[in-house]
Amino acid sequence: MTRLSSYAEDERRHLLELPCPTFDSTPFVAAPALDTLRIAIISTAGLHRREDPPFGLGASDYRLIPSNTPANDLIMSHVSTNFDRTGFQMDVNMVFPLDRLNTLVEQGYIGSVATYHYSFMGATEPEKMEATARNLAGIMKKDGVSGVLLVPV
Amino acid sequence: MGALAHYIEEEGIATTQISLIREHTEIIKPPRALWVSFELGRPLGIPNDENFQLKVLRQALHLFAAETGPILEDFPEDAPDEGTEQTQIACPVSFGNRDEDNGTEPSLSSRFSREIEELSPWYSLSHSKKNRTTIGISGLSINEAANLLSLFTDNTRRPELLQDPALADQLRLACEDIKAYYFEAISSQPGQPTDGKSLAAWFWRDTAAALMINRAREICLAESSGKMRLLGKLLLIPRNQLHNFTRVE
Repeated sequence: MTRLSSYAEDERRHLLELPCPTFDSTPFVAAPALDTLRIAIISTAGLHRREDPPFGLGASDYRLIPSNTPANDLIMSHVSTNFDRTGFQMDVNMVFPLDRLNTLVEQGYIGSVATYHYSFMGATEPEKMEATARNLAGIMKKDGVSGVLLVPV
Repeated sequence: MGALAHYIEEEGIATTQISLIREHTEIIKPPRALWVSFELGRPLGIPNDENFQLKVLRQALHLFAAETGPILEDFPEDAPDEGTEQTQIACPVSFGNRDEDNGTEPSLSSRFSREIEELSPWYSLSHSKKNRTTIGISGLSINEAANLLSLFTDNTRRPELLQDPALADQLRLACEDIKAYYFEAISSQPGQPTDGKSLAAWFWRDTAAALMINRAREICLAESSGKMRLLGKLLLIPRNQLHNFTRVE
């Protein structure tokens, strides 16, 4: 079990002291029925296709991941060394669960999977990603996305 | 992560997310979040366990049915192989005792080269079994990446490398590829643990590669370039593994 209380003191303190944005209110959009939802994944693991440029420090842009991207085409250039990468190395679904979403479509649990998915590099201050994220929302709407699954690393 | 959900939901698309640090999610208050107790880097819990991953996903997606928010639920299960005890890796490749290192450059560099060579069949096995590798972010082959690290730690060759303004980025990416090579290779050996803590303990405690990366870290910290110092300070060795190098500091 990994709760902050189980971390070494300096690691726990570091994580607790990371700045988190605060908002006056929480937006809330009523979602369509689960079995009709069209889901896109947004990862913050710094994932991208081999042909794409790696993420660097302070990157606030994203990489596009088409849903037909082979697992061997996905690599990770997140700048932080402070999280486990071996899970991703053993199984791409550990951070980018596209195969699992496809299974849930086959099972009728969700409606469909979007044509495109996206990855940011989560070490960047989220405020710097705001404009890009808002623009991305408009793009996802054109892909018919009605639900976004955000997966951290 | 939570802030991205906030921005996207404000633009009119419903979101749900996995949370790895509950304390952060409590502050950011995204619309819907499922907190999981898994190790950082493993948001779906257990590699190659489809049923477990599907359970996590179903619960995260089920939050879309909520009528009001913010909502923060806890996933009730831990990842079974994430015990607090690390499992000692029994490596069939003989790396010798790292403590016997006498600190001389040729010795460490040659041991590093030997490790790369001795892990090669296990890396090849991993690649062929999974039809997949995560190596490649540096754009270098594993031997080229290892060579870059070796050259950087060579006092006679480093000045030439430092002329390249992209060196800090290239060195970081090369080190990540080297680590991926070691982890993919060792994970293909029979009977090895799959939890991140055991694998990390093995790499950072027992390999010449880790000593090479630490040597690069020490060099970076002494450089005048802010980018190189940042690389040494933050981007080569995890905070929770620095204790392995007190002997060489």
